[in-house]
Amino acid sequence: MNKNKEQLLNKRYRAERRFRLYGQSAIFMALLFLTIFIFKIFSTGYTAFQKTWLIVPVNFDAEMMMIDQNPSKEDLQDADYYDIALKSMADLDQNANDDQKNQLKRMVSYFFEKEIKNEILNDPSLIGKTKEVYLTASDDLDQVFKGNYPRDLPEDQRRVSDYQLKIFDHLVAKGKVESKFNISFFTYADSREAELAGIASSFMGSIFSILVCLMIAFPVAVLAAIYLEEFAPKNRFTDFIEVNINNLAAVPSIVFGLLGLGVLLAIFHLPRSTPLVGGITLSLMTLPTIIIAARASLKAVPPSIREAALAMGASRMQTTMHHTVPLSMPGTLSGTIIGLAQALGETAPLILIGMVAFVNTIPGSPMDPAASLPVQIYIWAESAERGFVEKVSACIMVLLGFLIIMNLFAQIIRHKFEKKWS
Amino acid sequence: MNLILFTFIVLLGFTSYYFGRRKAYTIQSSKKRLTALPQFYGYYLAIWCAIPAFIIFSLWAIFEPTIVKLLVLSDYSNQGYLDDELNLIYEKTKSLSRGQFTGEITPFIEASAEKYLSLRSIAQSSKAVIVLSIIIASVAYAYKRISSNSRTREPVEKFLNAVLFTASLAAILTTVGIVFSLIFQTIDFFKVIPLFDFVFGTHWYPAKAFVRDSSEALDPTMYSDTFGAVPIFAGTFFIALIAMCVAIPIGLMSGIYLAEYASSKVRKYAKPLIEILAGIPTVVYGFFAALTVGPFLKELGTSMGLEVSAESALAAGGVMGIMIIPFISSLSDDVITSVPQSLRDGSYAMGATKSETIKRVIFPAALPGIVGSILLGVSRAIGETMIVVMASGLAANLTFNPLESTSTITAQIVVILIGDQAFGDPKTQAAFALGMSLFLVTLCLNIVALRVVKKYREKYE
Repeated sequence: MNKNKEQLLNKRYRAERRFRLYGQSAIFMALLFLTIFIFKIFSTGYTAFQKTWLIVPVNFDAEMMMIDQNPSKEDLQDADYYDIALKSMADLDQNANDDQKNQLKRMVSYFFEKEIKNEILNDPSLIGKTKEVYLTASDDLDQVFKGNYPRDLPEDQRRVSDYQLKIFDHLVAKGKVESKFNISFFTYADSREAELAGIASSFMGSIFSILVCLMIAFPVAVLAAIYLEEFAPKNRFTDFIEVNINNLAAVPSIVFGLLGLGVLLAIFHLPRSTPLVGGITLSLMTLPTIIIAARASLKAVPPSIREAALAMGASRMQTTMHHTVPLSMPGTLSGTIIGLAQALGETAPLILIGMVAFVNTIPGSPMDPAASLPVQIYIWAESAERGFVEKVSACIMVLLGFLIIMNLFAQIIRHKFEKKWS
Repeated sequence: MNLILFTFIVLLGFTSYYFGRRKAYTIQSSKKRLTALPQFYGYYLAIWCAIPAFIIFSLWAIFEPTIVKLLVLSDYSNQGYLDDELNLIYEKTKSLSRGQFTGEITPFIEASAEKYLSLRSIAQSSKAVIVLSIIIASVAYAYKRISSNSRTREPVEKFLNAVLFTASLAAILTTVGIVFSLIFQTIDFFKVIPLFDFVFGTHWYPAKAFVRDSSEALDPTMYSDTFGAVPIFAGTFFIALIAMCVAIPIGLMSGIYLAEYASSKVRKYAKPLIEILAGIPTVVYGFFAALTVGPFLKELGTSMGLEVSAESALAAGGVMGIMIIPFISSLSDDVITSVPQSLRDGSYAMGATKSETIKRVIFPAALPGIVGSILLGVSRAIGETMIVVMASGLAANLTFNPLESTSTITAQIVVILIGDQAFGDPKTQAAFALGMSLFLVTLCLNIVALRVVKKYREKYE
């Protein structure tokens, strides 16, 4: 009998330990996913911040550039750089045949002409001389140099030919291949060529959308929250508004995209693919988030503040505007930043309103077509070229960086400025 | 022009604020008692100055293009043009008047371009005149009221109250906007495709309904067996089911552990770390699923002799599950923490272990709240877009094999609407019909979930 009881007790204790273990492993699993995730993004993405350059001697031959010995600035602008660019690539191998010359040309980006041009515009005295110029390597060679490209594949399955690899290895041996920090990733717009693609256009698109979103959502949400928390009578209509807000907070984001498409584009004929429409769509989405946060922080202001103001003869509007709202601002602001961070990461509604179009210029205003950072991730992730994989990861790192900064900022505002009522 | 006028209104508004306040001081200095603080006199005058002018200004800006268009096109009204042709003529007129027209200039269009320009200049100047006279009239009225020292605080506060109320209508307007944008397209869609075919048809192949020219658009036989949404609905719920199989055990157990077992130190670090998972944009999850999890599962399957698609439902659903973990864990954590301590104490006093207390006492007590959190998680899973678009197939297969690829409502909406859309094409309308069904399903889930959670909260408050 006694033994039986002990067995039972042991069984119960074992069950207790098992249950505890389940809980621990659940936490562990969740954190494991997070770690794998971050590790994967960083390990594939960090190489994108380096860019491979080929150092190629260029002979700035005036005759080939079709200019005279002492050209003016305009002459230099209009000069023909294609021939000398082509020649300097072909000169890498003296006995190359035509097909091989073509392959040599494709070892660098199609910007090579412009890179050579910039060189001479910076220093016109180079005419007639030979100088080593840094040329952007093609994305395939870039990947080869970073070790992301399998070299042991049969030649017909590779995008780099054996001949190109031979020349490239030769250049590497001579020290004519260099890896430098990839500034163009931050300053160039999107491009079809992975080696020239940058996040500048989508970054500006994101900034403009977020600004439009902030300018619309913040005032409307704060005013709505003030009304609902401080002035609204308790009746059915107020309840209806509240139900609406709570539901909107849980409506899938893509439905807001359909709203933007069906109302903003189809009825109001706002310009397609622009951060303006994107921002308005996102503002409708963040509206409930900000309202809920602002209401919570208004509610947290103790009634004694209001009572004191009212007792001093302030009207209800004065009480609210002079005392309650300023005290609730830290909470409201941190809620707003969190809402904006959500909007910054949103993709699906922006795709529907056409912000997925290929944009190779940097937008200068919210009325210009643009992509946004998350949409850029989507566009690049759908591209087949290997060079884009690391770009996607790098773009994700930039986006996550921004989200982390915004969330930290929200935390700081909350902890530094929020009054603790006890 | 508009910008100048707008700035002018704003500037006048500010000036009249100071003007009104000065007036209040002069009233005060003549030993009369003010009826409100001086700044209310300022606000009163500023509101009267800016708001009526601004209303007229915006109404004008909205209606001017329509009226000008009507007047310009009235010349063409009895010549038997179609609406589209009239629109084209109007566009030509406008670009000619801007000097950007590059086509052949006919005398007709030249005449209407001149008319357009003269109408525009009349409209601009009369707008300025009307707005200015409105300002003068309303400021004069308000100034008279101020001078006679009548009440200013009440009207100003009433106005502010109205502004606050209008802002709170934004939520209702958004809901109305959603329903409005979905419903017309959906109705048009069901005029072409019978509701029955949509709800019970088993073939989804919208690419077949690609309209080459408008004469084909209304041929219903073309669309038979094209818009059967069963595979889409099945795929949506299937992927959501896979996601919940990942999210419920992990989310619920971590919620329970955090609420009942974890020391305050573990809680302090583990809880925000898990919530990071909720803050990661879904496109990032999509990339992860498509590039890491999909190929990994395919390789794993091949090594075990299984045929696994690189875009399997399992990859998309699994990653979606990871995304939902924090929603379930933090909501159930909240719910469990709000179960009164007395229930726990009672159970411990009877000799129950911690896990027995959780399983037999706390869990049943918290069940409604937990169900609510799971329902919210399901609604997230159904509405999730980017993971499915990137990681799962885009062809709608009717399958319940997690190793094959399927498609979801959200993914189909994106597939149909990406790029240029022609409104009035059944394919585009189909996307709105899918959006409508998505909206309705998630709306029901949300309402039920919110109600359950609210009921539960009230029970223990």
